[in-house]
Amino acid sequence: MTDRLPGFSTLAVHAGAQPDPTTGARATPIYQTTSFVFNDADHAASLFGLQAFGNIYTRIGNPTNAVLEERVAALEGGTAALAVASGHAAQLVVLQQLLRPGDEIIAARKLYGGSINQFTHAFKAFGWNVAWADPDDVASFEQAVTPHTKAIFIESIANPAGSITDIEAIAAVARKAGVPLIVDNTLASPYLIKPIDHGADIVVHSLTKFLGGHGNSLGGIIVDAGTFDWSKDNKYPMLSEPRPEYHGIRIQETFGNFAFAIACRVLGLRDLGPALSPFNAFMILTGIETLPLRMQKHCDNAKAVAEFLSTHPAVSAVNYAGLPGDRYNALQRKYAPRGAGAVFTFSLKGGYDAGVNLVSNLRLFSHLANVGDTRSLVIHPASTTHSQLDDAAKVKSGAAPEVVRLSIGIEDKEDLIADLDQALRA
Amino acid sequence: MNHDAYDDNYIRSILNNVKSIAMVGASPVNVRPSYFAFKYLAQRGYDMIPVNPGHVGKALMGKPFVASLADIDRPIDMIDIFRNSSHIMPVVEEALKLSPLPKVIWMQLGARDDAAAEKAEAAGLKVVMNRCPKIEYGRLSSEISWMGVNSRTLSSKRAPIPTQGMRLSLNRTSFGGGQTAASDRAAKNKTETT
Ligand SMILES: Cc1ncc(COP(=O)(O)O)c(C=O)c1O
Repeated sequence: MTDRLPGFSTLAVHAGAQPDPTTGARATPIYQTTSFVFNDADHAASLFGLQAFGNIYTRIGNPTNAVLEERVAALEGGTAALAVASGHAAQLVVLQQLLRPGDEIIAARKLYGGSINQFTHAFKAFGWNVAWADPDDVASFEQAVTPHTKAIFIESIANPAGSITDIEAIAAVARKAGVPLIVDNTLASPYLIKPIDHGADIVVHSLTKFLGGHGNSLGGIIVDAGTFDWSKDNKYPMLSEPRPEYHGIRIQETFGNFAFAIACRVLGLRDLGPALSPFNAFMILTGIETLPLRMQKHCDNAKAVAEFLSTHPAVSAVNYAGLPGDRYNALQRKYAPRGAGAVFTFSLKGGYDAGVNLVSNLRLFSHLANVGDTRSLVIHPASTTHSQLDDAAKVKSGAAPEVVRLSIGIEDKEDLIADLDQALRA
Repeated sequence: MNHDAYDDNYIRSILNNVKSIAMVGASPVNVRPSYFAFKYLAQRGYDMIPVNPGHVGKALMGKPFVASLADIDRPIDMIDIFRNSSHIMPVVEEALKLSPLPKVIWMQLGARDDAAAEKAEAAGLKVVMNRCPKIEYGRLSSEISWMGVNSRTLSSKRAPIPTQGMRLSLNRTSFGGGQTAASDRAAKNKTETT
């Protein structure tokens, strides 16, 4: 019972997991079952009424998923977490707890292209309005605040350009506006940045990327920092008002500083349904055990590749916050001193066509729409992930026509550099 | 005593050592948090006494309601107060008249009265404010981990199978104590709004 604070690597291996009660299995078992038997009618009623801790049905919770949830909550320094089917599902479930038709969210303009689509189209159809702000200009967030604002949403390291967001400055805007700050920490992972330490109230992840880390399983997670008072001003009725389907329980009053995670589970996941498969949870958990090792290698390789590209004659610019001259270098040293992540963009002197050619000439890099794999990946955003945006929006989100995005893997850096060199010369 | 964040060992020693708990403001309505907490603590083997003048003549899980602390016929180790912050002081004053004195005053999630806490501490009692004993028991035993809650504990020992009426070990290795950047911020947010 020493109270020594275990380090990040220890938590990455152990948090949330314990040898199985019935078999003693040391690895977390895959509880591949839809449902769980009740002890008796009273036990069933207590579980359904949210009075007892326990499992009911895998759409609402599963023991394998619970290990993943506690592990990520521990790594992020949150009070609780909820695993869901994908990063997009995490964003949907979070906002469903916060917004009603006519409400607004302020979102950073530099986001993963898929998130820009989700906010612009799907969420708009729910009557949730988005006001875009510039993550490089904190005042633009302040100016966007209205009485309808219910949350602020940013990425810690933004996809695709790998720019670093000044989380503390935007957290101050959220505090002043009395709304929670939601941080998508996918590209940083808690190994590089722990947004809760910088003022985030909710952290979301696409587990599909660095946390799972092997490009084999989709997943998402929501982490509750336990920092936001949901009962203030009756602004968040899902949390503060009696829930008719749970006999009048008030979620915040009953669950205190992990009420948001519970609301996401018993109101969001229960009704919207994007549950994570226990098999995927197992794959992602296995990935997380090596997160610190992989993430450091990803960053070290990325820095070497960025340095190589920055001197290459075919390259006009490299956007990597880990390079000394980069405009985000100071923010990187403040928020992510271990490394600037492994996703970044660079620009080709030859424009759009050179981007298309490079992608087809590479032999080791895989041309696909993902990031955060052990393998190195490449994509030309203008012709793929960001192709639905108009030209002005492409430029604003860091996906201009001459821009190529890399996600650097954990191979030998010399091989990655050689592959890029031959493809740029071809 | 810092009442914004408690060390796990402080909470653990309270939950490991108290046997009888009088719950002031216990409700027989099965959707109230006090009902859940009462039921859970009874199932984990505590001798629970419901205190609520509005329900005398009724019983909660077979335990008869009493009107006030003075009506309890046996020594009580802990008083768990399920009342708003503004109703705490009279309960603490009543508790300090008991003989023998209780060992712990526990104020529920959302309830905090620093003056009442000071008074109880001056009389040698331990005080916990703005916490739920059910949640803390579930957290320290890691039973609550089934809901994705960060127990802030680790163990390499085989987990118990929680069954009705079973006492769970609370003696897992804690990490992070009670204080984190997030807990500090949560406490500060509370102070600013109240
Ligand atoms: C930063 C970021 N957030 C969210 C997502 C969406 O995650 P998913 O594909 O798991 O739904 C992605 C996916 O690329 C991403 O890069």
